[in-house]
Amino acid sequence: MRTEIAGPGHSSRAQRTFTLTGRLLDALHIDGPLLLSVLAVCVVGLIVLYSAAGEDVRIFLGQAARVGLGLGVLTIVAQIPPRVMRIGAPFLYGLGLLLLIAVAVAGDVAMGAQRWLDLGFIRFQPSEIMKIAVPLCCAWYLHERPLPPDFTTLVIVALIVLVPTLLIAEQPDLGTALLVTAGGGLVILLAGLQLRYILGLGAVIAAAIPVVWKFLLHDYQRQRVLTFLNPQNDPLGAGYHTIQSQIAIGSGGIFGKGFMNGSQAQLEFLPERSTDFIFAVIGEEWGLVGCIVLMALYLLVIGRGLYIATQAQDTFTRLTAGSLTLLFSVYAFVNSGMVAGLLPVVGVPLPLVSYGGTSLVTLMAGFGILMAVHSRRKLVST
Amino acid sequence: MTRNSRLKDHHAEQRLFGRRVVAATLVIMVLLGALFARLFYLQVVRHDYFSELSQGNRIRIEPIPPPRGLLLDREGEPLALNRPAYQLELTREQTPDVEDTLARLVALGLLPADDVARTRRAIMARRAFDAVPVRLQLSEEELARFAVHRPDFPGVEIRPRLTRLYPHGGVGVHALGYVAAISEQDQERIDVSKYAGTTLIGKLGIERNYEELLHGETGYQQLLVNAQGRRVDRVGVTAPDLQRKEPIAGNDLYLTIDHRLQQVAETALGTQRAAVVAIDPRNGDVLAFVSTPTFDPNGFARGLTVPEYRALADNIDKPLIDRALRGVYPPGSTIKPFVALAALQYGVMAAEDTRYCRGVWQFPNSSRRFRDWKKQGHGTVDMHKAIAQSCDTYFYGVSDQIGIDRLHDFLVQFGLNEKTGIDILGERTGLVPSQAWKKKAFKKKELQVWFPGETVIAGIGQGYMLTTPLQLAHSTATLAMHGKRFQPRLVRAVRDSRTGAVASLPPRPLPDVKVDDPGYWDTIIGGMIGVVSPGGTAVRVQAGAPYKVAGKTGTAQVFSIGQNEKYNESQVSERLRDHALFIAFAPVDDPKIAIAVVVENGRHGGSTAGPIARAVFDAYLLPREAAPAAPPATPPAAPPAGGMDE
Repeated sequence: MRTEIAGPGHSSRAQRTFTLTGRLLDALHIDGPLLLSVLAVCVVGLIVLYSAAGEDVRIFLGQAARVGLGLGVLTIVAQIPPRVMRIGAPFLYGLGLLLLIAVAVAGDVAMGAQRWLDLGFIRFQPSEIMKIAVPLCCAWYLHERPLPPDFTTLVIVALIVLVPTLLIAEQPDLGTALLVTAGGGLVILLAGLQLRYILGLGAVIAAAIPVVWKFLLHDYQRQRVLTFLNPQNDPLGAGYHTIQSQIAIGSGGIFGKGFMNGSQAQLEFLPERSTDFIFAVIGEEWGLVGCIVLMALYLLVIGRGLYIATQAQDTFTRLTAGSLTLLFSVYAFVNSGMVAGLLPVVGVPLPLVSYGGTSLVTLMAGFGILMAVHSRRKLVST
Repeated sequence: MTRNSRLKDHHAEQRLFGRRVVAATLVIMVLLGALFARLFYLQVVRHDYFSELSQGNRIRIEPIPPPRGLLLDREGEPLALNRPAYQLELTREQTPDVEDTLARLVALGLLPADDVARTRRAIMARRAFDAVPVRLQLSEEELARFAVHRPDFPGVEIRPRLTRLYPHGGVGVHALGYVAAISEQDQERIDVSKYAGTTLIGKLGIERNYEELLHGETGYQQLLVNAQGRRVDRVGVTAPDLQRKEPIAGNDLYLTIDHRLQQVAETALGTQRAAVVAIDPRNGDVLAFVSTPTFDPNGFARGLTVPEYRALADNIDKPLIDRALRGVYPPGSTIKPFVALAALQYGVMAAEDTRYCRGVWQFPNSSRRFRDWKKQGHGTVDMHKAIAQSCDTYFYGVSDQIGIDRLHDFLVQFGLNEKTGIDILGERTGLVPSQAWKKKAFKKKELQVWFPGETVIAGIGQGYMLTTPLQLAHSTATLAMHGKRFQPRLVRAVRDSRTGAVASLPPRPLPDVKVDDPGYWDTIIGGMIGVVSPGGTAVRVQAGAPYKVAGKTGTAQVFSIGQNEKYNESQVSERLRDHALFIAFAPVDDPKIAIAVVVENGRHGGSTAGPIARAVFDAYLLPREAAPAAPPATPPAAPPAGGMDE
């Protein structure tokens, strides 16, 4: 009896809190479900990172601060009306292109690749901007045109994608180039690229592979592909990452070795365990169950993103939201596929989990765009 | 699909977009399915395989070398100990480039350049996963220097190990032998797996002969290591049950050596090239086993550099040679008591039979003169006087009467011409000549003929006859025991490291020397007492001693003198001078110690070798407090020392 009396009291208070939070989120143009699922991935990431970084509190706090910074960026981006984004898209793209050229001319060389631009007070990678600017610009260009796109449109969009891609690939940064291409390509696919173009493109790519292999790829990139095909060829060199990450994942089993108990990670057998190969730490310490949980959380983010895209009310927002969401899934799949030995090793971090700020902030900005799209859909429709 | 004037159809576009999203979702599902399948394959299907790989990744089995057994003298004084030291070890498997690593160690001053080749061979001879010592006994400064550069040297580590310490340096080194780093050749005589982790191995002497008892059993432990192969102790990682098997220490050996005696003898010898062997005649225990000059065995345990080794090996005094065991010297007059015994046994001469000594001895109808060391001669000589004054002419005649083959047969009973069987390697047999031996030893027919003159000089221990100091001491002990023989030994008991029980090794008797009349022994010993009595050749060995000594002096010719030349010792360069010999035992009535002293180029047995024997006797037989620290000073009335033979 008492519970019945207490029940409504509680629920009403809870409901009030819920409504209040809802209103606050609405006012901030934040989408609750998307925010929650993104935060869930971030929390998982921080937990895994704590173990992967060898209980280094400094690294853990640094990454937590970056998550906070990312959330700030997300909130700010969410305030921008999609219309402004659309108008700004070509300018952002132009700025990104200029910066890429600047990097090519005067960038910092770090770890053998010219990716960084030092502005005196901050060093950043202009290629990160392109991960968002390219989809935005493609969506902007396709916005006014009838869909599915005709050939001329396709050529122009292809140029919008390929110019920065080549600049980035020259740095060389294969992973980012791949993601930028994917971002633009996804826009085109979502815009309704006809099946015959898809098949034709497939044929062209197949034909281009030998050319790319021979003339465009750097030695180390070729090595990565070869190693992917047979890691045992070079177990202590190029194949070391793949072999060790598979040992880590495989030895984790169904339930894993337990938090901070992965010998591969803790005893430093696993290289780049807090950055690109952090997925192997999850596999080792949390097992198949942990991997499934992470994949489920990713699916929640992707599902919500796609839902937002389908609810979007004009071509620009639809294409933007859809491509950014799918880009996120490419991110996740490429990284986990590479760590699990399904794909060659490319420098793509595990989204929202890998240690490092740049990709996190870019992803958060992307989610901010999604939220901006979602919270203003009614305004657009009227 | 309309042409140019297409207008945007928002609803159619939205439917198209919807279809594309559905398609994308399907693709994502397929990719996720592939990823899941891959994870399932890795984590479920092949889980065991990868688990094993990850175990192999982090567990290394490391051997724990056993502490080597100690060497203690007969009173328990430690002669060889273990001492912790840091050494630099290289594991080939974990070293990316051995050649480069060695070169950089040389550059750091941690490895002498001369040692690179030897070190490389040692590394290649061991198994790839064995840690091979590169440098033993690092100094504090070297430790620090390496520590700074450690990250540049994967596969190279500093490990605390036990190393050998010989607290008394070179004292007794030729008996103890020494240990040194396991070399390529050593690999062939050991079970490599039993020596995993062991750095040092016995190379010589007792250390070598008793290697199996001293080494012990290697233990092992499983270690948690990181990717660099370095040991880690991380609380975070639940260690599997890391196994550990403790090593079993080697057994301690109680030697027969009396360290105090050993030291007295070495001190008495000073810088001379010499050998002293003292034996307890009652059981064959070797109480002192001296070969000088000595060398410091600690250098070998530490690892000699090439120049250091060369300095030792090329030293003109040959400190590395074990003179007591491997030095062969003509016994000179020390053979006379044995020849006299042979004369009694074969009945060619009775104790009281006399000969007249006029300073030279000749075969009938021969002009060749065999000289006595005393030019003017000894006059009428019986057996006692012949031994006491070492009359050469008496023994020329006696041995001529015995004949070389009978002399040979008699002398070999004392263990001459064969190894005594002492428990260290490298012993030499010496030589007691016979006609049969000469036939075999020479190729040319004309050289195979035995000449009567060769028999004559054999009677005073010259010519072909050769003995080691050890053989001399052993034969003297046999004399003292009236023919009872024991194999000389250096180890008298073994202390089991597990139980702590000390097991005494029983003395090993050898076939006795039998003579027809036990009185013969007394005759001979009587003569030897005469040697140290007034009128004898070594009177000061007995002078003032509270125990009774029997001895015999000897001088071994190094430089042969022409038939009519006069031997002038001041003109002969030092290294061509005669060797001085002395054998003795004491107390006569209850022999406790028998000794042989050989001083190379020492000239006179009585004056050079005798006092050394006396010093050892004093140290052993006098109550410990009363023993004089130094050999007795030269007595005022030293008997005149003779020429070529006393």
